[in-house]
Amino acid sequence: MKKLLLSFVFASMILANSWANAAADLEVNTPAISAIKASMQKRHNQLSPFYASGAIGLTQDGLIAVKDASAVPLKDRGGLNGLVSAENADRAKLYKEIATGNGHPEWQGDVQNTFAARWIDKAQSGWFYQNAGAWVKK
Amino acid sequence: MYKNIGLLILATSLAACVTINIYFPAAAAEKAADKIIDEVWQLKDGKKVPVDNPTVAPSEKPVEAPVEVPAK
Repeated sequence: MKKLLLSFVFASMILANSWANAAADLEVNTPAISAIKASMQKRHNQLSPFYASGAIGLTQDGLIAVKDASAVPLKDRGGLNGLVSAENADRAKLYKEIATGNGHPEWQGDVQNTFAARWIDKAQSGWFYQNAGAWVKK
Repeated sequence: MYKNIGLLILATSLAACVTINIYFPAAAAEKAADKIIDEVWQLKDGKKVPVDNPTVAPSEKPVEAPVEVPAK
């Protein structure tokens, strides 16, 4: 009888382990996340030349910032600022949605940090990113 | 006695569940981030943004192409 109970303990441990594996994926296919992704994807076509010219760059906290407004004609600067703030609003929403969508609002900061590193890693060469407060060309 | 073992089982299962949920799944988050970034920047799906192509494109001849013929 004791043996039986012991094997039950092991079985439940194995089961718990497989739950851990099942929980190892983050859910990122909620309607809210898909909507943010679509909005960001659309905006990226407009942002792309600004990344390439160095007008904007990736920050260390997973957002973007205007790096060199003089790389943009004066008449377009207002539009550029609008694009940057819209992008940052979407990114902040994205990090929040991933955390809350997985039942852990407190993960938002960790999600943001993870994205910060991945955006920079996947950035094209020639783009700028922030490192310890300084702009670096990739 | 059996009551104690029952409690132990409950405690282990609960501990396991709590452990799973408290820690931030860093590897899973990286995977999720990669997937989302690929989509937002359209890095995969054969729609690669042709920004750094000019440096790759001017290779004169596709020398390696004929080598790929399958040996029957």
